[in-house]
Amino acid sequence: MRLADARALCPALKTAPSDPAGDRAFLETLALWAQRWGPWSALDPPDGLLVDVSAVAHLFGGEERLLADAQAAFARRGLTARLAIAPTAGAAWALAHFGPERAILENPPRDGEGDRAQHGGGGSPHARRPTEGPLMEALANLPVAALRLDDDVLTVLRRLGLKRIGQLTTIGRDALHRRFRSRSPEANPLVRLDQLLGRLAEPLLPVVAAPDPLVQRRLMEPIRHRELLDRVLADLAADMARELENKALGARRLELGLWRVDGEVIVRRLEFAAATRAPAHICRLFADKLDAIDAGFGIELLRLRASWAEPLALAQGDIEAGVETQGTTLAECIDRLSVRLGEKAVRRPVAYASHIPERAQRWQAPLAPEPASQGELAFHQRPLKLLDRPETIAVLYATPDGFPQRFRWRGQVHEVARVEGPERIAPEWWREKSTARLRDYYRIEDGEGRRYWIYRQGLDGDGRGGPPEWFLQGLCA
Amino acid sequence: MDLSAFTTAGELAPLGKQAPRWRPGLAGARHSEVFAGGREAGGAAAALALALDEAAGRLEQRSHVLWVQDAAALRLGGRPYRSGLPEPLRHRLIHVAARTPEDLLFALEEGVRCRDLAFVIGELAGNPRALDFTASRRLSLAAEKHGVPLVLVRLDAARDLSSARMRWQVRSAPSPAPQWNAFAPGRPAWHAELFRARSHAPGEWILRDDGHVLAADRIAAAPDHGDLAFAVGDRSLAAIAG
Repeated sequence: MRLADARALCPALKTAPSDPAGDRAFLETLALWAQRWGPWSALDPPDGLLVDVSAVAHLFGGEERLLADAQAAFARRGLTARLAIAPTAGAAWALAHFGPERAILENPPRDGEGDRAQHGGGGSPHARRPTEGPLMEALANLPVAALRLDDDVLTVLRRLGLKRIGQLTTIGRDALHRRFRSRSPEANPLVRLDQLLGRLAEPLLPVVAAPDPLVQRRLMEPIRHRELLDRVLADLAADMARELENKALGARRLELGLWRVDGEVIVRRLEFAAATRAPAHICRLFADKLDAIDAGFGIELLRLRASWAEPLALAQGDIEAGVETQGTTLAECIDRLSVRLGEKAVRRPVAYASHIPERAQRWQAPLAPEPASQGELAFHQRPLKLLDRPETIAVLYATPDGFPQRFRWRGQVHEVARVEGPERIAPEWWREKSTARLRDYYRIEDGEGRRYWIYRQGLDGDGRGGPPEWFLQGLCA
Repeated sequence: MDLSAFTTAGELAPLGKQAPRWRPGLAGARHSEVFAGGREAGGAAAALALALDEAAGRLEQRSHVLWVQDAAALRLGGRPYRSGLPEPLRHRLIHVAARTPEDLLFALEEGVRCRDLAFVIGELAGNPRALDFTASRRLSLAAEKHGVPLVLVRLDAARDLSSARMRWQVRSAPSPAPQWNAFAPGRPAWHAELFRARSHAPGEWILRDDGHVLAADRIAAAPDHGDLAFAVGDRSLAAIAG
C-alpha cells in the first residue's frame, strides 16, 4: 500500500522515514548491552538478538528469573521483546517468533549443560548434539515459517501441504532432498531442520565491543582557572598520544568532557583533517575552544576520548631537525584554519560530471581523496573565477540571436571589442524541468581588455518563456 | 646602540643603480601586493602568474596552494573555478572563504607558516582597518622566515601604508590575437606597473601568459626623466612641480 492510500484510509496516520542503517547501529549497541545476560551475543538482523546463556542462568536464579529480568529491562527502555531459551539458536528463534510467551525449552538430560538462547535463540559455535526426541516434540506444532526460510520456499511448502514442522518428518528425507537441493540454509528446509535439532553446526558471528581510546584525570581539587586547565589538558594529550601510539592509531575526532562539581558536563569536540596524535597540536586546537567555558564551582574530572581513530603507523622523523621545527604540516595548517573559520570555510574544488558550469565543480574537504572523474575537455576555455550567482546584464545587440555590442553590468557600460562563441550548453533534461532553457555562452573582451564570460538564456521563440535574458557568470583571467 | 650592524649609507647608495630591473624568473619578493579593480579577474590572474613564476621550481616538493578570500572579495569577483585555473594548480588548490578581514589575515599567516604550501594568494577588498602597517609587517616577516611567497590582491583599494616588498598595480590589457580566430580574445595579458619595490627599480610591463611561462614586455616611459622619475616613485611629477 502506498502512503497516499494509507493516509486516505486513516488521516491521523503517523509516519516516520525508514532508517535501516540507524536501526542496524541501534541493534549493535543493543547487542553489546545484552551481554549483561551472557558472555557473548550476536545480531539477528533486522530485529533479533542472540545471547549465549549457557551455564549462566543460575546467576539470575534460574531461567524463568533470567527471562523475567530481561523482559523487565527491555520494558524499562520502552522496547517490546519476545524472549525464549532453547538448546539451539534455531529452536530459540522459532520459539521466540512463533512459540508461547517466554518459552523455555529444557535441555535434554543427557548433556547436563547445553546451549541456551534468549530472544530469538542462541547456541554455541561448537554445537553439541542434544537428544532430538523431546526437542522435536516441543517444536512439532510450530508453523514451517519458524524454520527461517525464504518466502518462495514457504510458498512451495504450503502448496505441498506441509504446514507444521512435525509434518516435514512424516515424509522421508530423500523426498525432501530431491526437491530442495540448494546449499544455502534459507532455501533448504532440511538444513534448517538439522540446525533446529542441532545436527548441523550453525556458526554465529559474535559482536565484540571496540572501546574508543580514552584517558581521564580525576582531580583532587576542582580547578577554576585557565592555566591549570591548560596544564591538565597538556597531560591528557600526552596520555592520549601514548594510548594511540600503543594501538598504532591516530585520532580524527576527539571529545573532551569536563565534569563540573555541580554535575554539569561540558563537551568540546575537535575534528582533524588527517589522523594525528601530536600533543602540542591537540592542545593548541583545544585552547581556542576552551575560552568560553564557565567553570562554575570548579571542574573535577577531565576525560579525553578519541571517538574516531584511523590507523597511523609510527613514522621516521626527518633527519634535519630544522625541517621539523620550522613551519607546520599541511594537515596542521588546515586544522587550525577550520577550527577558527569553521568546517565549511576550508575546501577544495573537485570536478563533477555535468555540463552546466556551476554544477561541474563541487567543494569537498581539502585532504579527502579526489573522486574519480573523466579528463576535462580542452576544447573550450573556462573563466578563472565564477560568480556565486550569475548577474543580469542589460545588452544592446544587432541581432537577437547574435552576440551583444555593448552591455551594462553593475552600473557601467562595457563595449564588446572581441568575442568568441556561441558555445551552446543544453539543459540537463535528466535533472531539470522541461521548461529549463538552453544557454549560449560567449567569451568576450571589452575595449579596455577586460575579459568576461556571459551567456544568453534561451532563444527567441523557443516557447519556454519571454524574450531571452543575458547573464554575466564568470570573470576570465 | 651599536650602529656597526647596519649597512652604511655608502654601501646602500650603489644598490639603487646596480639593482637589476625586474624580469620574469628573477627570484622576487616573499611578500607582494597586487592592486587591481574589482570588476575584473585581472588582479587575481596576474597574482597567480607572478606567484607561479616565483614558485616554478618548488611546485613538486610543496604540494598545495592556498587561496584565501574575504567575504567582500568573494561577492565582488566570485570563487575560483577549477577548470579555468592554470593547469598545474587545478589539483593543488585549497580555497579558504574568510568572513572578515581579520579572519583573512589569520588564514594568510597560518598559510605562510605551513611548510607544505608552494605559495599563498590572498584577496581582500578595500582598505579594512585590520590591515594596517603592523599587520602587513607581521605577514612580511612570517613569509620571509618560512620562505613561503605571499601575494595579496587588493581589490578597489587605495595605496595605503604597507611593508610588502613589491607592490604592483595591475589591470587587464588587450590580448594578442590568437592564431586562428583573430576576432576572439587571446591568451590573457595584463598591464602591470611596479610602483614600489625594495630591490628593483619601478617600471611598467605588459605581462603575458605564454603557455607555461610568464613573458613580460617592458613599456619605456615616454620621456625619460632619468633619476628624476626614479626618485618620484608613484607620485605624479606635476605634484612636485606645483
